[in-house]
Amino acid sequence: MSIVPEPLTEFPWRVLGILLAIAGFGTLVLYSAAGGSITPWAINQGVRFVIFSVMALVLSRIPLETFARFAFPAYGSVLVALFLVELIGGVAGGSQRWINLGFMQLQPSEFMKPIIVLAVARFYALLPVGEIRRWNAIWPALVLIGVPFMLVLVQPDLGTATMIAAGGVTVMFLAGLPLRLFVGSGLAFAAIVPIAFSFLHDYQKNRVLIFMDPESDPLGAGYHISQSKIAIGSGGIFGKGFLKGTQSHLDYLPEGHTDFVFATMAEEWGLLGGVLLIGAFMLLFRWGIGVSLRAQDKYARLVAAGLTTTIFFYVAINLMMVMGLAPVVGIPLPFMSYGGSSMLTVMLCVGIIMAIERSGRRRSRPGNWG
Amino acid sequence: MKLPFSKKKTVTEASLSFTFTRRAMVVGGLQGAIGTMLVARMGWISVAENEKYNLLSESNRVNLTLIPPRRGWIIDRNGRPLANNRTDFRVDLIPERVTDAENTIRSLAHLLALTDDEVERIKEELDKSAGFRPVQVAEKLTYDQYAAVSVRLPDLPGVAPSQGFSRNYPAGATVGHLLGYVGAASAKDYEERKNPLLITPGFKVGKDGLERSFDRELTGKPGAKRVEVTARGKIVRELTTRPDTPGNAVKLTIDAGLQEYAGRRLATQSGSVVVIDCHNGDVLAMASMPSFDPNSFSDGISHLEWDMLSKDDHVPLRNKTLQGLYPPGSTVKPMVALALLEAGISPMDTVSCSGAIRVGNTLFHCHKKRGHGSLNMRGAIAQSCDIYFYQMAQRIGMDRIASMAHRVGMGQKFPLPFPSQSFGTVPDPAWKLKKYNQKWQVYDTVNATIGQGYMLINPLQMAVMASRLATGRQLMPNFIFGAQRPAPAPVGVNEEHLVTIRDAMSAVVNGGGTGGAARMTVPGVLMAGKTGTAQVRRITMAERGGGVRSNASLPFKLRDHALFQGFAPFDNPRYAIACIIEHGGHTNRNEDAPMIAADTMTFLFDQAKAMEKLETLEKGWGGPPAERMARQMAAYRLAKAIEKGEAPPPEASNAMNGAETSNNMAAAAVPQPPAAATPADADDAPPPADSAR
Repeated sequence: MSIVPEPLTEFPWRVLGILLAIAGFGTLVLYSAAGGSITPWAINQGVRFVIFSVMALVLSRIPLETFARFAFPAYGSVLVALFLVELIGGVAGGSQRWINLGFMQLQPSEFMKPIIVLAVARFYALLPVGEIRRWNAIWPALVLIGVPFMLVLVQPDLGTATMIAAGGVTVMFLAGLPLRLFVGSGLAFAAIVPIAFSFLHDYQKNRVLIFMDPESDPLGAGYHISQSKIAIGSGGIFGKGFLKGTQSHLDYLPEGHTDFVFATMAEEWGLLGGVLLIGAFMLLFRWGIGVSLRAQDKYARLVAAGLTTTIFFYVAINLMMVMGLAPVVGIPLPFMSYGGSSMLTVMLCVGIIMAIERSGRRRSRPGNWG
Repeated sequence: MKLPFSKKKTVTEASLSFTFTRRAMVVGGLQGAIGTMLVARMGWISVAENEKYNLLSESNRVNLTLIPPRRGWIIDRNGRPLANNRTDFRVDLIPERVTDAENTIRSLAHLLALTDDEVERIKEELDKSAGFRPVQVAEKLTYDQYAAVSVRLPDLPGVAPSQGFSRNYPAGATVGHLLGYVGAASAKDYEERKNPLLITPGFKVGKDGLERSFDRELTGKPGAKRVEVTARGKIVRELTTRPDTPGNAVKLTIDAGLQEYAGRRLATQSGSVVVIDCHNGDVLAMASMPSFDPNSFSDGISHLEWDMLSKDDHVPLRNKTLQGLYPPGSTVKPMVALALLEAGISPMDTVSCSGAIRVGNTLFHCHKKRGHGSLNMRGAIAQSCDIYFYQMAQRIGMDRIASMAHRVGMGQKFPLPFPSQSFGTVPDPAWKLKKYNQKWQVYDTVNATIGQGYMLINPLQMAVMASRLATGRQLMPNFIFGAQRPAPAPVGVNEEHLVTIRDAMSAVVNGGGTGGAARMTVPGVLMAGKTGTAQVRRITMAERGGGVRSNASLPFKLRDHALFQGFAPFDNPRYAIACIIEHGGHTNRNEDAPMIAADTMTFLFDQAKAMEKLETLEKGWGGPPAERMARQMAAYRLAKAIEKGEAPPPEASNAMNGAETSNNMAAAAVPQPPAAATPADADDAPPPADSAR
């Protein structure tokens, strides 16, 4: 038995440490992106991180059963909100994503990212074991995923729609559906992509085409990717030094504090900063997967792994986009990109995973760290 | 319902849990793999391709701008600047970067207090511009104006303020045709040479005259400035600067003081003066007035100013010294006389002038209706008797005269550093046959001997003729100080004959001849010369019967040209001079060719005296040329405004001025001196009726 009092050992020091490191680094990068000023971004981001961390800790105290019970009602209400966005949502950035509640802009598609995981996991938790290889195990999940996916896609927000689909499908995969199902759909998907491409909006098509060859239009739509690669590439191994990035400070890098914050970071901290940051995220994912492996409850396992994957998708899609491996889809980098919505979502995920970890530890005390 | 492809595998809670664990490991593994791939990708970009992206980042950040080299000075024979550079602040527009031309120009007009003319010119140039070629907005700005534009740059895309040098011509209009002017390179130049310097704001190339001919020497090497700029083009700081290398100075044979004096002395007339050093052919002055002001040309001339200059009947846009061709009139008589002497005619042989002579079936008149009576060569030159030359020329024939004309420089094209040169004609039988397929007639000879008919000369050639008659050497005009040249060939005449000619030419000025107005008041310096009148209209028999109309009563364009060629001192020639007044008509003694030539010559011997006289005279002309041009411009602008109805019709006195200006630019803003055409001035009265012109 440790000499440290139990509430302290129970406190999720490790994950909070990782989050603090990432968010602290992110705040530092935002400080530099503002030209060496804590306003307007760094201070806001820091305060938000503290508030959302508290929120995550509060969530971690909520019994897992509550999340299970509220999974479908929450899913239902976000779905309604998505319909409302279609009907009354304000037009912004060429796509409808917000509902103006007067005091804040509500972006329901953001909430759908974790809630789709909760809902699909709930469905499989409720499903009798023997049904898993039956048709009944597939279509309800497909409907659960398909409806919000389509709603978000027509907004249109390709990035978020992809993440919703990916989150739900990941849970389906973890729930134990036959493997060939995934292989078969993967092949079918590959065949459908060219057809689907023709249904995309022009600006989305452009993004895809320019992603294939950013240099074809370095001053136009390929500008983001070109400048981002220039920022990362010119950083080298150790970077240009804190506050010394030229791409970001001279405004060549667009969205240098939001979607392309990684490029801002890489320019000043180089490969070293990038490896450390990616490493930190990997530790976070290892923690999440670890929690899911240790969890006893089926719902808990699916949720923990599903939410971890959701956070992973944020990171992976953003980094691939920034490094020129994916089209520009507007997915922020958690804790680094300036903005409240994404941090709220990711902290929701983290809070729920912490709740799972906590309930698992209560069941098998003293818990060993995986 | 079972899935069609499902095997009869028994699914239990335990097996499902195992599947989950395995699949969760796969998911975790995939995440790790993708993470590793991302690190690898980042490593590739930032390490393997580091060099490439570093370069791109630098080329983003660093903007290399060329600093236009300062143009070399053009200096006179004493080192005085004829063209130099002045520090100035300027603003240009880069057309392809301008987003809202209308608003940009409006705010610039407000900031820089541009006139409507200027705004008009800028809009026009912007329309015509090729996109990359800068359009000058304003030059010679104060620091405050420059700063006012500079701080508003983010709101004014395409506006480029800069600090640089602009060309400055201290003598203004008097050197206009001599030096030419500079201007931004044309789009065509850039397309041919693709030199980025050509489209650098503030860089000028020589457009005309010596500025154009010596462009290569005068253009230096550009400097460069590396500046850090933001994506929006705002300059953050200067990194390094390599200074420019100024162009080489070009030293001319021109005497700056004399050049300016000659230009001013031409008064309100349309004319030219050329002065040549009799020692070596150096051109000391070559003035053509009125002229454009090269300062305002180099700044980008306004539409209105151009309009005014091109409509002026005094043709300020033509370089009369090289491109103006005139019938030389009686100024060829000394040359013809020299040909007579060389052909063996004694200077003492006389001809009796009765006022007219019949050649073939045409009656040729002398300018003196009653005739000069009996004259020898000296008298014939001094009195400019036409009958003497009609008769004598018939004795020796045209070929000998033409040969002499060629030897004294008529019809000769000189190797000069000017883009264009008209070199006139010396007609002879072979030429006429070739050109018109007609036989040479006696009356052709008669016309040619008094410098009418086909014969044409430019003012520079006339000065060369004067210098060759003065020295007996075939001097070549030269503009480069200290240029190495072969010794001039002799004209090939007997020295005694030359003395006879010089003596006769002195008699023109100092011996009661037709050129009395050219007498110099410098003690010990006597000018020798020959006057001339070139008729530009045909005088009918009817008019001759009723009395030839006086030039003063004729419209400007029909008046005779007044010419004078000469040298001083007559017995030991030092300088030769030629002066031509277009449509001068000998109506005004002070502004006539002989006196202008004499005063200009006086400047070389007694500067103070010449200046004193000029300053007195200039008061009557309305001040120095720059002042008169400014007044003319203002009057023209007013007239235009009234025409367009933009300005209210002014009060009576102003209205008079305005109307006068638009109708008759020649008279505008210049108090016309009393047209007292004293009969004594009319040295060469109208030549024969048949002079083909």
